[in-house]
Amino acid sequence: MTALGKLLRTTAFRLTLVYLVVFSLFAAFLLGYFAFNTRRLINEQIATIVSGELQLLQVQYNQAGIRRLVAAVDVRSRRPGSSLYLVTTPIGEGLAGNVGSLEPGILESEGWVETAYRRLEEPESAEHNALVRVTRLPGGIRILVGRDLDERERIFHIVALAGRWSVAIVIVLGIAGGVFVSRRVLKRVDAMTGTTQTIMAGDLSGRLSVIGSGDEFDRLAVNLNGMLERIESLMRGLKEVTDNIAHDLKTPLTRLRNRCEAALRTANSETEFRRVLEDTIEESEGLIRTFDALLMIARAESGEVREGMAEFDVAEVARDVSELYEPLAEDKGLTLEVNAKQHAAVKGNRELVSQALANLVDNAIKYAAPSAKVSSGAVNGERSGILVTADAEQDRIVLTVSDHGPGIPSADRSRVVDRFVRLERSRSLPGSGLGLSLVSAVARLHGGELKLEDNAPGLRARISLPRAAAPPQQAA
Amino acid sequence: MRLLIIEDDRDAADYLVKAFREVGHVADHAADGEEGLSLALDGGYDVLIVDRMLPKLDGLTVIGCLRTKNITTPALILSALGAVDDRVRGLRAGGDDYLPKPYSFSELLARVEVLARRHVGRGEDTQYRVGDLELDRLSHRVVRGKEEILLQPREFRLLEYLMKHAGQVVTRTMLLENVWDYHFDPQTNVIDVHISRLRSKIDKGFAQPLLHTVRGAGYMIRDGAR
Repeated sequence: MTALGKLLRTTAFRLTLVYLVVFSLFAAFLLGYFAFNTRRLINEQIATIVSGELQLLQVQYNQAGIRRLVAAVDVRSRRPGSSLYLVTTPIGEGLAGNVGSLEPGILESEGWVETAYRRLEEPESAEHNALVRVTRLPGGIRILVGRDLDERERIFHIVALAGRWSVAIVIVLGIAGGVFVSRRVLKRVDAMTGTTQTIMAGDLSGRLSVIGSGDEFDRLAVNLNGMLERIESLMRGLKEVTDNIAHDLKTPLTRLRNRCEAALRTANSETEFRRVLEDTIEESEGLIRTFDALLMIARAESGEVREGMAEFDVAEVARDVSELYEPLAEDKGLTLEVNAKQHAAVKGNRELVSQALANLVDNAIKYAAPSAKVSSGAVNGERSGILVTADAEQDRIVLTVSDHGPGIPSADRSRVVDRFVRLERSRSLPGSGLGLSLVSAVARLHGGELKLEDNAPGLRARISLPRAAAPPQQAA
Repeated sequence: MRLLIIEDDRDAADYLVKAFREVGHVADHAADGEEGLSLALDGGYDVLIVDRMLPKLDGLTVIGCLRTKNITTPALILSALGAVDDRVRGLRAGGDDYLPKPYSFSELLARVEVLARRHVGRGEDTQYRVGDLELDRLSHRVVRGKEEILLQPREFRLLEYLMKHAGQVVTRTMLLENVWDYHFDPQTNVIDVHISRLRSKIDKGFAQPLLHTVRGAGYMIRDGAR
């Protein structure tokens, strides 16, 4: 498409054209109305003057007869800028006046008429128009008084000219304005199109420029940028997942394969093969678990689960999960206490929140169990309890899981939430390194967050979620 | 037991047919939704195993068609989609159980057997009895021999579920789903600890253990004397 074609197709330009037509029509109507009224006004003025003079002459004729009338007409005819006068005998013979010629038959009837005329002293060719009135006086004398219409025509011409000019100016200015506005709009739209094209080509870091004028384009750009931000973070997450899958699933897969190969090479009894097969199944189950966790995190992060959200009681979840883990904790020499009496309504996915809490409790049991406390001798047997709480704090619902295990050094606290991060100390314990990532993803899905705090000693994991208010609030 | 396996993956289907035959069941195979639907309509099956994504007619539609024709053969849905909402959708479409892929055969077998038995109409008895162990669902009383056993509410539900399916293998996931209503994997085997607690209450001090561990599969409650 050519630049001009593009310009002509813009909405702004089309709108300008529509406005242009509307304004032209309006201007034409206005001038027409003005011209019409001016004409009427002039006609009225002429009529008043003519009628006045006619009356005056009539009075003179009635008082002093034809001689006086002729004298008066002669005097008036000679004044500069005078009206038209003609006094004739009943048979049409001119007695006095300044009219040289008239259209034929004008004098025959009484009343108002427009006619072409020529004054006495003027050459043959000079014809003008006049509005005249003819009256028959007693005695058959006819008298004509009229006034030139040149003035009216002149004003009318001026108005017509003004009309033509103003329409022309409106059109020129309108088109120029349209082009100007369209080009401005087009320039910004073109800039946006250009940016989106580079983004579509794969460069997701591109952003639309925001001028700061706060106009509709700026608002659009800000919104589109927000959308791009979200897309980019989702893409980044996806890429991270892919990378992590590549790394952390390939490692156990390699191990699996090596083990099978080794068995094929060296094993020579059924028992040995059986053992390797059992190990293989176990390893593949671990793989499936890791895979499930990854998918779950990805789903939680994409917000896909959001549709199935309903209101539920977090305190109940805390009690249920604690009840599920209590025997396990006891088995490991820990006490598991729960403090969640108050109803704590949250809008969300009960299953996911349960799983998140289960992960936290599972972690607490895993790391705070006396057998796992090799690295922190400071903890005595008295303080080996795990405490699960669910409470309402203003507009948040806070779930905490506190233990008195070794805790996490403050430097590592933000890192452990990342996928597959396992601290040195925990490498020997089973786990995929995805537990906290899932908890964090679930918290964010519900518009909340996961915080890891020092429980001095130990760790306190704290999930805060927005409370479901009476008018249900949208999770941010 | 006669089974119909509707599954488009040839290898997976062959494996299932063979595995079910090995444990003494009859299994037919349909490779797409249409064939599966017409075979299922002819009836005579105890349980249907339906893959969710099938050529021609997807699994949920097959089950939906059967249900509108008042064929109530229990159906277990197999699906690669394991998330909670997919599961809910599957059950809402008329499925009776849902097992995400990849699954272990012992898990599938245990679930299929429970489904088949449920269909035969074992019903909701008010009392369960295994050997000298009795459970009354109305009064919430559990008695072994002459001795009353006091159980926590959850332990009662656990025992109730096991006794309802007495003589059948019940897997850990089945317990987690039916007793706790959780569909996620709790990583550490919390169920084992609950079972061992329950076992210490109902079996300790009795010569004949009733609650058995089935290696590689799950648990079963049965009268050991038989």
